[in-house]
Amino acid sequence: MNEKVQEKLKILADAAKYDVSCASSGNNRSNVNGGIGNAVACGICHSFTDDGRCISLLKILMTNHCIYDCAYCINRKSNDRPRATFTVQEIVDLTIGFYRRNYIEGLFLSSGVIKNPDYTMERLMLVTKKLRKEKRYNGYIHLKAIPGASPELIRAAGLYADRLSVNIEIPTEQQLKHLAPEKDYKGVIQPMNQIAEGIQVYKEERKKFRRTPVFTPAGQSTQLIVGASPESDRQILLLSSNFYHEQQLKRVYFSGYLPVNDYDKRLPALKAPPLVRENRLYQSDWLMRFYHYRADEILTPEQPFLDLDIDPKLAYAIRNLHLFPVDINKADYEMILRVPGIGVQSAKMIVDARRFRKLNTYHLKKIGVVLKRAQYFITANELPSALRHWEPERLRSHIIYESHTKNRKPGDTQLSLFAFTPPHQTPALQVHYKN
Amino acid sequence: MPYMIYDNSFEGFLTTVFECYAQKIVPIDICRERDFQEVLFAEKMNIPSDEQKADRVWKALRMKLHTRNNELPFLAFLSEEDGIEMKLYRFMKRVFESSYSIETDFGDRDVLDLKKIERQVMRETMRILQFVRFQKTKDGLFFSPIEPRYNVLPFTIKHFKNRFADQPWLIYDIKRDYGIYYNLKKTEEVVLTEKGFDGRNGKIKSEILEESETTYQVLWKNYFDNINIKERKNLKLQRQHMPQRFWKFLPEKAPV
Repeated sequence: MNEKVQEKLKILADAAKYDVSCASSGNNRSNVNGGIGNAVACGICHSFTDDGRCISLLKILMTNHCIYDCAYCINRKSNDRPRATFTVQEIVDLTIGFYRRNYIEGLFLSSGVIKNPDYTMERLMLVTKKLRKEKRYNGYIHLKAIPGASPELIRAAGLYADRLSVNIEIPTEQQLKHLAPEKDYKGVIQPMNQIAEGIQVYKEERKKFRRTPVFTPAGQSTQLIVGASPESDRQILLLSSNFYHEQQLKRVYFSGYLPVNDYDKRLPALKAPPLVRENRLYQSDWLMRFYHYRADEILTPEQPFLDLDIDPKLAYAIRNLHLFPVDINKADYEMILRVPGIGVQSAKMIVDARRFRKLNTYHLKKIGVVLKRAQYFITANELPSALRHWEPERLRSHIIYESHTKNRKPGDTQLSLFAFTPPHQTPALQVHYKN
Repeated sequence: MPYMIYDNSFEGFLTTVFECYAQKIVPIDICRERDFQEVLFAEKMNIPSDEQKADRVWKALRMKLHTRNNELPFLAFLSEEDGIEMKLYRFMKRVFESSYSIETDFGDRDVLDLKKIERQVMRETMRILQFVRFQKTKDGLFFSPIEPRYNVLPFTIKHFKNRFADQPWLIYDIKRDYGIYYNLKKTEEVVLTEKGFDGRNGKIKSEILEESETTYQVLWKNYFDNINIKERKNLKLQRQHMPQRFWKFLPEKAPV
């Protein structure tokens, strides 16, 4: 370990940081014959960078040389950047050294394409093989499958890695042609299908033979860049929903487009990455994976983009006010899960707890339901406080207004030019007292 | 209606519960010896801990509880929160007396609170798995200091033993002054009389540090700084996931 490795690590970590995936979950690989490492199914994050993202894996590129010239990528051929290449041994030493000190949960290895896809894929595969066979390393390995690599190499990589991923980056074929002329859509989808099939075959054979070699036990994932091309949120969500169902993907990651190559006229000029949009997409992704929503429920054809002011679950509830209010003490789990302000954990606790007694809002609050949002959508064994007939549009602005007032400071009274005007308040009921 | 006082240990607490049943006592409060404040007019009882009695209570409790909640009373006890004993006592009483399982009755304050406290303690256990950072010494030992909020080090043994099966390691709880040592065969509890590390930030003295250790720490810090995306800076989120109280042990965060 010398100056050269320090410098290489600097360059290649910097080049890898735009890959969002850093999950180390999904597999319980155990440590065999006194080797080093194991994988924990829930995944462990070992550190968090200043941008709040977790570091679970040592995420590096093998090399940032690349023969391609994709418009959205910082490592494109035509960029003038410092370039470096790790040798297989260097990566292995770094991984083991960090792993033994409990800095990381495993290795995330990606690469720019050098010479041709096959050559690159083979080098990636060699690193994993060396780790598994020579070092008896049983920790987590996430490997990028290079689009266009031969099926045999991808198959071999899947036998050593825990997770494989192919980045689709641009959601539609037409835009991909436009921004990355050397890549083709089929080349991306083909390895994805192959991995999906491999996992399926493994699962079937495992039922018959106990010693079937394990193939990508933690599944596969992919990544989409958001905001580099004009696709709508609906297109993105339908695509990712398709991935979850057809290719059985474990995760689809969204990466808000950072204007890394702002000289390229094919790309939009952005001042800041679209972080809110990215967040709303992730929220929708969660709705699909944990809340049993379908993609076409989250966004209808009339409304192709997500509402940036309110989260998609709330937006769904406001669009479908006829489904509410939900009776907390009677409704089924699926319906309780659809109430804004109630998460998976709270919903499960509610279903468990209501077998013993009728729950009211006090109980809900203690359980951890966000009543601020939920109060408009539930009845709970008592006279409803905030329930009345709401027009969807007014309820929306009311909730936004309420959520803003929380952070408003006492002296903060100056109106901004485009300030939101509070909705009209219904006057309090006149009460007459008898003297 | 006396105050029951026990000797700070879980065993002592279980014995107290046993005595409550045996002598038909309804306690006002169950207190640790350490935290007990003298009272003038109330009756008080000192309960010496008794292994057999504690064992009987523990076995009965485990028989009644769902496997998922087997460790719940112990984990909640480890939190050492104010009033945790009475919560546990009332919970155990309900468990023993009802003919059906009441562990998911989250409308009940005690059950809900215990569940929440258990979650908190489990989270602290997870944080040890996350933020332990080993330093290698000249004789090949991997040493890590840690200062968890609760006494949860024993819960992490299995994880580290499975993971680092081929390296000797020592994880030392600085706050409670004991550690777990693994010598490639089995783990044991140790107390260091002569400390080869800085008591404040757990840094091993440079005489016994292996040469390559600093290189790795610099490499790691290097990596940590370069994987960050500056345009997305969000320090609040970082602190939320990685509480500042752990920073002094992390090579990537500790001041050089």
